[in-house]
Amino acid sequence: MSEEVTAEILQTHILDLAADGRRMDGRGPDEYRAVSIQPGFVATADGSALVRLGETMVLAGIKLELGKPFPDTPNAGVLTTNAELVPLSSPTFEPGPPTPGAVEVSRVVDRSIRAAEVVDLASLCVTPGEKTWVCYVDVHMLGHAGNLIDAAQLAAVAALSGATVPAKRFGVADADYPLPIHHRPVECTFVRLGEAIVVDPTFDEERAAQGRLTVATDEAGRVVAMQKGSVGAFSPDDVKSVVRRAFVHGDRLRERLAEAGR
Amino acid sequence: MGNIGAKEVPTLLDAEGRRIDGRRLDELRPIQIRAGPLRQADGSAFVEWGANKVMAAVYGPREVHPRHLQQNTKAVIQCRYNMAAFSVDERKRPGIDRRSQEISKVIAEALDSVVFAEEFPRTSIDVYIEVLQANAGTRCAGLVAASVALADAGIPMADLLPAVAVGKVGGAIALDLKKEEDNFGEADLPMALVPQSGRLVLLQMEGHMTEPELAQALDLGVGGCRVIYEKMKAALRERYSVAPAAEEAAA
Repeated sequence: MSEEVTAEILQTHILDLAADGRRMDGRGPDEYRAVSIQPGFVATADGSALVRLGETMVLAGIKLELGKPFPDTPNAGVLTTNAELVPLSSPTFEPGPPTPGAVEVSRVVDRSIRAAEVVDLASLCVTPGEKTWVCYVDVHMLGHAGNLIDAAQLAAVAALSGATVPAKRFGVADADYPLPIHHRPVECTFVRLGEAIVVDPTFDEERAAQGRLTVATDEAGRVVAMQKGSVGAFSPDDVKSVVRRAFVHGDRLRERLAEAGR
Repeated sequence: MGNIGAKEVPTLLDAEGRRIDGRRLDELRPIQIRAGPLRQADGSAFVEWGANKVMAAVYGPREVHPRHLQQNTKAVIQCRYNMAAFSVDERKRPGIDRRSQEISKVIAEALDSVVFAEEFPRTSIDVYIEVLQANAGTRCAGLVAASVALADAGIPMADLLPAVAVGKVGGAIALDLKKEEDNFGEADLPMALVPQSGRLVLLQMEGHMTEPELAQALDLGVGGCRVIYEKMKAALRERYSVAPAAEEAAA
């Protein structure tokens, strides 16, 4: 019960601050936390990136293997995304099968990568109907201080952008080559706190939130994925203004991706 | 996406702007909603929407299982969206996959946004959605069925939740996609509206749309939801109105 009481006091405090345009960590409503992207963090992976959003820490690793294409898309490669909320990242996570929250993170990340065509799947095909590259994107959440979706998605795109196809190791070409990348979508998450809608929520803000909205935009000016989550509601005008803000933040995050480079 | 060898894309929009089944861009598929078809459940609803057939049942407020999910200040809303193995062309492996888990989560959160859960602390309101025949838009059909079933169960809530998917087919924004349009279209955007507040409690999107297209899609979806809202209310009225003849007999 005491934890519930603290949670309620904290929620009231967060909502009171938000009504004044303020936040507990001193940020403004439209201010993203400091972002750091460290590519190539894991040497055994074919691509990897460690991303920090403030205290949130997420590691994405890419592995490519040869496999069979799906029967309904014989000329395309296969890409799967999996996100794991490992128990070391938060006192509230326990070992066991993925929680609905973890499944949601991986599916929302996967959706943006697929819909925006980050990886040119057709280029992954080796022999139509027979042999293709299977690209595994595995995301490990190491520290949960809020906004895992954006951190996981940014880590996945950063890891894919710097990934190498191990063609030599698998004996299908004389040399390894960079994974062909099409687009760079970036997800940007907002939460409603009373009438305020703030970007890049912390763990406590997520718990106090009355609705969460994630918008993925790409560099071509397209919206490629959206997800409303948690209990709460947004008007169509809220959604339109969130989409506008997501483009502004998305362009900034894409600059950070470019700086991190290959 | 280059040529990935997928089946040939059908023509989704003809020269006159008619869709694959002859509908206009802003036209819904036929919808029939029946409240209370199941006797055992506290509330239930059956929705036939185009070629979708979806049954929903509500149990509760009742004891929470598993117990550790119990909350001291409100009821927990638990939802299980499940697709029957025979509901799609190629048999689906039975059981809850990751897609079903995600859909269950967003539907539960949408319902939790309107149900007065504080009135039933330490209880569970269990919502079961079974997709019996699927043809795109099953999460929206499931949410509509669940919402009518909650009303049928007498659970107090702020409003019913009409839902519909809007998408982009053949370059145009279209209401209520059917299977071919969902598979071969450029975008899919399911949403659920709280009609009295005008706010959205379920919103997802996959594909690609420009900002103006997205704004157009939101407006089209809200309009579609308002039509479905009337059908939901009519289904409940039909279930609970007393026939005039019976009224006279009683008097």
